[in-house]
Amino acid sequence: MRRIRAAAVGAVTLSLALAATACGGGSSTGGGSNDSPKTLTYWASNQGASVAVDKKVLQPELDKFEQQTGIKVKLEVVPWSDLLNRILTATTSGQGPDVLNIGNTWSASLQATGGLLPWDERNFAKIGGKDRFAATALGSTGAPGKDPAAVPLYSMAYALYYNKRIFADAGIAKPPATWDELVADAKKIKARGTSPLGAEGANLSENIHHVFVFAKQHGADFFTADGKPDFTDPKVVAAVKRYVDLMAKDKAIPAGDAEYAQNQSVSDFAKGRQAMLLWQSVAANLKSQGMSEDAYGIAPVPVISGKPGGGTQVNSAVMGINIAVFKNTHNLDGATKFVKFMTSDTEQKILNTAYSSIPPVTSAQSDPAFAAPATAVLKNTLATSAAALPQVPSESQFETAVGTAVKELFADAAAGRAVTTDDVRAKLEKAQQQMPAA
Amino acid sequence: MPSPPTAPPRNSPMAPPRSFLWSRRVFLTLLAGFVLVPVYVMVSSSLKPLADVTGRFRWLPSELTVRPYIDIWSTVPLARYFVNSVVVAGAATVCSVVIAVFAAYAVSRHEFRGKRVFTVTVLSTQMLPGILFLLPLFLIYVNIGNATGVALFGSRGGLILTYLTFSLPFSIWMLIGYFDSVPRDLDEAALVDGCGPLGALFRIVVPAAIPGIVAVAVYAFMTAWGEVLFASVMTNDTTRTLAVGLQGYSTLYDVYWNQIMAASLVVSVPVVAGFLLMQRYLVAGLTAGAVK
Amino acid sequence: MTTTALKEPARETSPGAAREPRRRTGRIRRLTLPYLLLLPALLLELLVHLVPMAIGIVMSFKQLTQFYIRDWGTAPWSGLDNYRVSVDFDAPVGKALLQSFGTTVGFTLLSVGLCWLVGTAAAVFMQDTFRGRGLLRALFLVPYALPVYAAVITWVFMFQHDNGLVNHVLHDQLHLTDKPSFWLIGDNSFYALLTVSVWKGWPFAFLIVTAGLQNIPRELYEAAALDGAGMWQRIRRITLPSLRPVNQVLVLVLFLWTFNDFNTPYVLFGKAAPEAADLISVHIYQSSFVTWNFGTGSAMSVLLLLFLLVVTGGYLLLTSRGRRAADA
Repeated sequence: MRRIRAAAVGAVTLSLALAATACGGGSSTGGGSNDSPKTLTYWASNQGASVAVDKKVLQPELDKFEQQTGIKVKLEVVPWSDLLNRILTATTSGQGPDVLNIGNTWSASLQATGGLLPWDERNFAKIGGKDRFAATALGSTGAPGKDPAAVPLYSMAYALYYNKRIFADAGIAKPPATWDELVADAKKIKARGTSPLGAEGANLSENIHHVFVFAKQHGADFFTADGKPDFTDPKVVAAVKRYVDLMAKDKAIPAGDAEYAQNQSVSDFAKGRQAMLLWQSVAANLKSQGMSEDAYGIAPVPVISGKPGGGTQVNSAVMGINIAVFKNTHNLDGATKFVKFMTSDTEQKILNTAYSSIPPVTSAQSDPAFAAPATAVLKNTLATSAAALPQVPSESQFETAVGTAVKELFADAAAGRAVTTDDVRAKLEKAQQQMPAA
Repeated sequence: MPSPPTAPPRNSPMAPPRSFLWSRRVFLTLLAGFVLVPVYVMVSSSLKPLADVTGRFRWLPSELTVRPYIDIWSTVPLARYFVNSVVVAGAATVCSVVIAVFAAYAVSRHEFRGKRVFTVTVLSTQMLPGILFLLPLFLIYVNIGNATGVALFGSRGGLILTYLTFSLPFSIWMLIGYFDSVPRDLDEAALVDGCGPLGALFRIVVPAAIPGIVAVAVYAFMTAWGEVLFASVMTNDTTRTLAVGLQGYSTLYDVYWNQIMAASLVVSVPVVAGFLLMQRYLVAGLTAGAVK
Repeated sequence: MTTTALKEPARETSPGAAREPRRRTGRIRRLTLPYLLLLPALLLELLVHLVPMAIGIVMSFKQLTQFYIRDWGTAPWSGLDNYRVSVDFDAPVGKALLQSFGTTVGFTLLSVGLCWLVGTAAAVFMQDTFRGRGLLRALFLVPYALPVYAAVITWVFMFQHDNGLVNHVLHDQLHLTDKPSFWLIGDNSFYALLTVSVWKGWPFAFLIVTAGLQNIPRELYEAAALDGAGMWQRIRRITLPSLRPVNQVLVLVLFLWTFNDFNTPYVLFGKAAPEAADLISVHIYQSSFVTWNFGTGSAMSVLLLLFLLVVTGGYLLLTSRGRRAADA
């Protein structure tokens, strides 16, 4: 009997101990340490054609870093489907990488968890100062008025990619500059039996990036100045409706795209089955799918009227990837050195060329590699007519709630149902009520 | 006791009538079609060039190619994921079966206080939504890691531990039924002959229960082999399992459907083959186990 | 590792037998052995299921949002707030949960019903030997043996709007629909999910029922046949009633698995399932992982757990009483 009791007591103690330690949550020991100065773990986001491609791009650079500093970087390329979950669990448990990539739109959300090292003046000084980076890129690194949670690494912007041959066949001389022109061109293209414009109707992030820009062009915002969700503002409703109407009313986007969520529309464009594509920095992707650079043109994303610029003439969200240091790192100095390395002019040129993105480091931007006409459009958009997505802690919930609403509206449109202003408002109202009461 | 199914002699009153034969023919044909179509799609798509699978569906490939079967190994480190899956699922299966055998033996052959509580508790864990304990479990593993230095999170060990408990409840419960059907006289005789209770278990009960154990093992293996949620959070690049790793074929640029299908087939064939080899045991094992 | 931990105490007792009176050792051994045998199973269940569940329940009383996950000891207690939000069916969160719950119940009942029906029919039809039976049985087990991801992704491929086999057959070849349908978004997604679930699930029912059929003594059939009962009558009067105990267990297990199934809808639809096929497991996943509100997510899970406990308890009570009545 004694043994049973001992075993029972042991089991109970063990479970209580586990519960107690677990209830303690992740270790909250402040700002990292330098316990293991010779190694770093780096979670890279998947930027290239596949995880394998990314490794090929990054590994030589990491080897260079090891030569320079003697610090070995263990690389893991985390697929997008897992990245946010992995960061969340790492934050919760305190067990994660030292350095990691984040989508720049997550910056404010992740900043709110307190899991990332804040980039104050002192930290920025270690990597050469804040003013090395483009202002637009810095606008997407965390909530305004707070120290950035991350440092810009790659910058991207949306552009209108169009198939030159299809345009010529349809007798269209130049790419559309306004939405009305786009709709008119779409009719001509459609009359010849080609699908005009691609979209990823079931991809929540893509939906968000587009309706955000439409909202800007309608002079509206999804959040009030003090960070409260305001999705049912008539202008926001009109903006979302405008985007969905590209499928529902104008039939510029084929119904089939409503279920796309895995970049099938890029593939459609690359294979010449579709005339236009609104996408961010997609050149490397199109090339890998066998579309030659002469086959397509690149133009700024259309606006309602006039030319792209600030305010209601915005035509892209500031897209990109930021690099962040995990607060629980065991190699703070090494992590900072690594960020410095990755944002150095040389590496910026190499990496942004490989991923057909724009360097957020201004001194690297002037390199001839980024002067080609295609890149010029993106660079110009970023500099003059891109706006940062809302830098609020609930940004990631916003992406889910509103992204899902747009997905459902697309599904309705695809099924042939009329999408009225009331339908749009109802969906957005539901989305708004799902937002945390902050 | 299971008795092998035998056909009734022709022309006996047991012989099935025409209506039965016809309904059987129709029903089984339809069902076989339902089962086969996706299998056919898998096989044929895996032999198509990418253009065929990203364009309109076609029943026959425009040209046969084995390219996907070559490409799968470089697009995604499939071989590593495969090894991980085999190790994780295999170890989870072995541990789960051994532990279930002990527990089921205790419940089947011994009277003790708390027996009912035990069986009910174990069974009720089948109802837990995985989401409820995913994050806590992660925390526990990390804390065990911090306290003892045994890396559970991100390692195969943690995943093995998790999966083996997934299949444990159902395994215990099936084995109890099966052990119950092994006549008690047998192991009591062994006890009289001087075997300890464990001797009786291993020399008498286990050999008599082999089919049931095989059935449980197959179930445990399949549970671990296909799990997605825990694997996606608890593994990293080096320990990722197939269930998650196969997602790597839908990349940022394109969905390589033909490679997905080829890889799916490559990882399924050993399992399906093993499964079919075991099915004789499985049917016999389930007979006495679940069906008590 | 667990095996050795288990064997050692058992070995230790043997030398003791020489010192102590035999009967006493035997008694102690009889008393302790079952617990020792259960110990590994118990410890593991405790570690992986019960303790995390307890923590999960604690979490459900906390305001565990993104601001507190890093050190959730500091998350403020929120009392019953998370539960109140979850069951406030007038507000969108509660309404969505209720809707998802309804969808899940409907889906589970249909899926379990169909799996059972198809599985039983196939098992009964394949009771007698005929040419090709072995091959057919092997074929029927394939859906069960395929890894979930491989099976479901194949269905995704087939359900595509533009390039899928389903629309190709229904629209292009049979002209049953006037335009291609959507299966992965919109209202049809429910049927898509149901199809995949039945395709993957029925072989298990088939397996269990096949096994159950072998336990029915042949004499029963022979006696009935001599009494002049035809094949169909024999199935109705003997086969189906004899399967009762099998069915009791089978239906319960299928119900629990289907209800909690995460893998199938997740692979089929991704993180945001269409409203018509918004199963509770994915819904809760979205409520906690995607929107970073683990408190509410946990509260929803606890409610789900309570529901399943009540249903299972009620079911067991009802079926065993029914069985006792039938036995009497």
